[in-house]
Order: sequence, then C-alpha cells, then structure tokens
Amino acid sequence: MTPETPIRWQRKDLLGIAELSPAEIELILDTAESFSEIGDRPIKKVPTLRGKTVLNLFFEASTRTRSSFEIAEKRLSADNINFSTSGSALEKGETLVDTALNLQAMAPDLVVIRHAHPGVPHMLAKRIKAGVINAGDGAHEHPTQALLDAFTIRRHKGTLAGLKVAILGDIEHSRVVRSNIHLLNKMGARLTIGGPRTLMPVEMEAMGVEVAYTLEDAIRDADVIMMLRVQLERQGRMAFPSVKEYFQLFGLTTARLAAAKDDVIIMHPGPMNRGTEIASEVADGPYSVILEQVTHGVSVRMAVLYLLSGVHEETV
Amino acid sequence: MAKLLIHGGRVIDPSQDLDEALDLLIEDGRVTRLDGAIKRPKDAETFDAAGLVVAPGLIDMHVHLREPGQEYKETVRTGTLAAAAGGFTAVACMANTDPVNDSRSVTEHILLEAQRHGYARVYPIGAISKGLLGEELAEIGEMVRAGARAVSDDGKPVMNAELMRRALLYAQHFDIPVIQHAEDLTLTGSGVMHEGVWSTKLGLPGIPGASEDVMVARDLILAEDTAGRYHVAHLSTARSLDMVRRAKSQKINVTCEVAPHHLILTDEEVAKSGFSTNTKMKPPLRSEKDRAALLNGLADGAVDCIASDHAPHHADEKDVQFSVAPFGIVGLETTLSLCLDRLVRPGILSLPRLVHLLSTGPARVLGVPGGTLKEGSPADVTVFHPDEEVTLSKTSFRSKGKNTPFDGWKLHGHPVATFLEGRRTLVS
Repeated sequence: MTPETPIRWQRKDLLGIAELSPAEIELILDTAESFSEIGDRPIKKVPTLRGKTVLNLFFEASTRTRSSFEIAEKRLSADNINFSTSGSALEKGETLVDTALNLQAMAPDLVVIRHAHPGVPHMLAKRIKAGVINAGDGAHEHPTQALLDAFTIRRHKGTLAGLKVAILGDIEHSRVVRSNIHLLNKMGARLTIGGPRTLMPVEMEAMGVEVAYTLEDAIRDADVIMMLRVQLERQGRMAFPSVKEYFQLFGLTTARLAAAKDDVIIMHPGPMNRGTEIASEVADGPYSVILEQVTHGVSVRMAVLYLLSGVHEETV
Repeated sequence: MAKLLIHGGRVIDPSQDLDEALDLLIEDGRVTRLDGAIKRPKDAETFDAAGLVVAPGLIDMHVHLREPGQEYKETVRTGTLAAAAGGFTAVACMANTDPVNDSRSVTEHILLEAQRHGYARVYPIGAISKGLLGEELAEIGEMVRAGARAVSDDGKPVMNAELMRRALLYAQHFDIPVIQHAEDLTLTGSGVMHEGVWSTKLGLPGIPGASEDVMVARDLILAEDTAGRYHVAHLSTARSLDMVRRAKSQKINVTCEVAPHHLILTDEEVAKSGFSTNTKMKPPLRSEKDRAALLNGLADGAVDCIASDHAPHHADEKDVQFSVAPFGIVGLETTLSLCLDRLVRPGILSLPRLVHLLSTGPARVLGVPGGTLKEGSPADVTVFHPDEEVTLSKTSFRSKGKNTPFDGWKLHGHPVATFLEGRRTLVS
C-alpha cells in the first residue's frame, strides 16, 4: 500500500483468513506492531476501548487463546464477560441461535467465539449486530492464530514473501493449518504440509500447497517449521498405532533439524505434546520461538479488537 | 358418469413413445380415448391445455411422509398435498417412521390416511428389518398383503451382508424390489459432507464416495447370486453408477434412482451458502465429477428414475450448527421445475426422457399402475408448462417442511394441473 491510500478496515467480523486481502492482513499486522510496546510498559493499559463490551464465548476448552483475548481486552480497557459451556444455558437445552439472540439483547460490541463445529461463528455473525471474532471453529479456521504466527515470522525474517514454511502433524484436525495456508499463500510464502497419510485430508494440494509424507522431505531447506499438536482426543479413526511410533515417524528432534536451513525458526501453536510431535530439546532449544508466539498473540488480538470495534472510525 | 376432456395439449407418453398434439378423454377415472381433435361429449367438462404438456401422472418413489410419529415434520395429508402441488399423482413413502413401518398395522394406517385425504396415491415401502435394526427380517409378506410395494431400511443401510442376501431372496416371493440406502457406516464415520476439496477447506468431517461404492459393489454381488430385484436409492457417485451400468449389461436385476439436488448442486454449495444446513443431506452433495457422471447416466439409460428423497424437517431442527443438523431437504414441490429448467432447458434431457424418468420409469421399478396414458389406464395425469418462469418460494409450499436450498430460485417450467383418477388435485 502506498501512504497516500491507507486501507481502512471495513469488515464487521473476522471469521477467517480465506476472505481477507493481503492489504487487510498487512493492516492487522502493522496495527499489532503499534500495540506491541504496551506490553512492555509498567502500566499495561490504554483507554482505547473504554465503554466497549466484549463477550468471550468459549464452547470448547481453551487456556491460551481465551487468556490471550482477555488480556488484550483488558489492556484496551474494554469491559469483558466470559461465557463457557460449563453451567451455561446450552447445557440446559437452549439452542445456539437462542443463546446468540439473548447475548445480542445485552448489546455487546464484540463477540469472541470458539466452538467445536465449523461454521458456528459464521452462523452467529449473520444473526447478531455485534462484530464476531472467530477464535477457532472446529478444524476450519483460527484466524488470530495465523495472524500471530505471521507476526512472529515477520519479526524474525522481516517478510513472509519467498520463505519456505513447513507445517507438520495432525493436518486433518487442525484449524491452525487451514488459516495459515490461506495467510501464507496470500503473502507469497511457499508451503509444504507434512504428516501421516492417515491424518492428511484429501485433495490437500488444491489449497495451493505441496504435500510431503516424511518429516525430512517436509522440512528440507525450510525457513520456518510449524509443528502441530497431535489431537489425541480426536483419534477415533485408527490414524496411527501408537504415540511411540508417531514420534519415530514425525517427531521433530535436533538431529532431524539438520535438513532445514541454519537459521530456521521452530513454531508451535500449543498446547504441545512433548515426546509426541516435538522433542523437548527442540521445543526449549535455540531455534524455538514458541513462547514469543504467545506474547505476540496479545498484540495481534489487541489489533483485531481495535479494528473491529470501529473506534478508529469514530475518532476520525 | 364424470367426463373430462383435456384438449389442445402436447401429449408426452413414454410408455407408447408418444409426443404429439392430442386430446385426452377421461371417463369415470379412466383414460378412454387418446386421439387428435376429440369432439367434446355434451356432458364433459374441459381443460384447455394449449401450450402445455400433458403427461402420465408423475411418481416420486422416494419420499418421507413422517406419519406415524413425526407429524410435526409432515403428515400423509400435507405430504400428499405437496405431491399434488408438485405435479405428482403417486408417492412411495419410506419406512423410517415412529413406529417403523415394519408391520401390517402401520402399512394399513398409512394407506387409510392416504385414502381419507385422497390427494395422491401412496405406496408404502415396508422395512427390510424389524425396527430398522438390521438384525432380522420384518414381516414382509404381511406388509405386501396390506399394500406395501417395496422394502427398504432407508435412512439406514443394511450393513449386515447376510441379512441383505436373505432380503434379496425372500422379497422374490412377492416380486418387489429391495431398496438399499447404500452407505457403509464405518466409512461414513462422523462425516457430514462429501469428502473432497471442500470438506478439506471447511474442516468438516467427510463422507467419502467409497462409503456408497463399497455397499453398491457388495450388493451387486449379492443381487447376482440371488437373482433378487435390487434398487439403489439416491445414487450419488460416478463409480456407483458405473458399477450399476456394468451390472445391467450383465443382466443383473438392478435399478437405480437419482435425486434432483445431486444433479444440480455440488459440495461447493456448502461453502457458497455459508454452511447452510439446507445443503446437508445423505448422500451428501458430491463433486462436480460425480454430478457430471449422473447427468450422463440420465441420458444413456443407466439411471431408471428421478426421485426427490423428500425429507421434511422442522425449521427449529435445521436452525442449528451444520454439524448437528439432521440430514435431508424437501423435494416434492421443487423437483419438476428444477428438472425442466436445469435438465431439459440446457438440452441434457429431452422432455419425453424427463417424463420417463419421473413417471414411466418409477412405475416400472415399483411395478405399479401408472406411467402411461394408454386407453383403459387410470386417469392419473400431470399437466405442466414446459418453460414459463416461476420463482420457487418455500412460504407457498404445502409441505410442512420448508428446508430447501432452492428457495427464491427463478426457474422455467412448472406444474399447472394434477389429476388423480380424473379428479383435479392441484388447481394453480
């Protein structure tokens, strides 16, 4: 973008990366840069979203993402309320639509939602006036995760264009990989997806990636390696015989890292299964940026909350 | 003696290879004359069919009337009203009611309701297995004596190969088809849409085409060994169709139906509609390759009939997240317009071929009267406009079910009048 034509955020919702333009992605990442120093201040709070109400609806267990959104909301001085499935009306038989309409009646400005089923944030966004932020819908999308991953890569590599990124693991059940594929493709990175054939969705190449079936092929000459959690709780379909065998085939160890570039960075969206997809020596080693991802997650979510809240329009 | 002269129309009757301007005289519920320029008998009513097509009454051999037990979704009355509105004079209704139609008494109840309201003929399809549990044969003979015209566990496959083999053998005593909902449940797993590029993109669990194909392959082997009459319900994949085509050339006793939605929509619709639950059905909307293969099968005779798999659900049941919504859409009031606009208008099918697939074909598969306007046959007649534009609107459906992905579609061609034994059941 040239400085003369600054892009303005127009969307009510952030439902996925698939529908975003490269300029919109850049806008979020640049906005996140400007928020990132707030986390280094002794008083980590700005009044930007004072008087705005944000509902955090987590219909699926989450520690990292929910805390990250909560911290981002508090640093922007928004009022936030948390709902989780436990004890909520959904367990009393209320439908999702009724839950949505009831929440809308409380007039929130933004709703952050995580749900086990793909498309639930989209369904909600059609029904309510508040902006909806998808914090993960089943194996579909997790846009703020892909954005914080991009932010982290940019910090280390300067740009995303031209990088070789390898994403490995339980592809079938991963929303992180789908959002990352959309984002990295749009920003000009080259992607290789790797994992066991039993966890590789059909026609993966149609998403614009290369597919590799050994760890070495996947990470060869990689600038970035992203390891995905093996979602052990979802392996009802006989995907692999044992954790031990999974680690032998697809576990990332220091020895195997030799195939990648010398300045490779290792990422993981968490939570990690040490000894399943990644060895502790790698997770805690010199190439790992895994905890930085968590730090940047707060800045990226502050940027998304800020842009969707519309306050940048109100103050113009 | 009640008389009706339908005059000036284009009569299409595949059973007699007819496609010409003819008049049709109906006396006392039967076709008594089919000829050019019949002089109106003094006491006859008339119906002016100028510019319209006059066809043997359409037959939908795969519908769910939901009665008994799920009257909030549909009843025999509303379902047959919907049939008449859609140009159908007969429907065959599946056994997955509550209680299941696995006994004479349920079959009789359905027929009694149908007679009471009288909007369309109803051919009950009995269950293959008691309670649809797939364990032991239901009392097929008793149900046939009460009026059942086929058996099926539709909604569920017959997973047990030995039970399927026995059903194919036993049904031959009554000369009825065994209709299979071909799906291997172990391959379907938790799938909610077709397994392909769109399930991959959307992160929804997929139902592979193989789920249908392995079942069709197994059943064709059993049909060959037993010489039983095997019918594949809502066939949806290119490979299953190829197997059926090959089996037919080997003189295996097999027929199949396809549903309009599989001929018109693909799995991409789930994404385009933003996860609309009206794009969720079983079998799922398949790939473009499958859709193209089904269109070829319509034209070359591999497909025997078009059946809607009319599956009404309550709006509240469908107004939930995609993954938990029930499978199925309604079809009785959309099928004819969809087929005229999407199959005949682009030249994929001729009008006579479409009439065959919607009338003569299903009559032959079920072995029921109808599908013909021959003199002496019951005067079940459908009159439709071949290309006038209409807008489908779910709010005007007679069916209780409004679950359709075609609401608001502008289509060319629509039913105008439906006659059941010469009595008008649709007044448009």
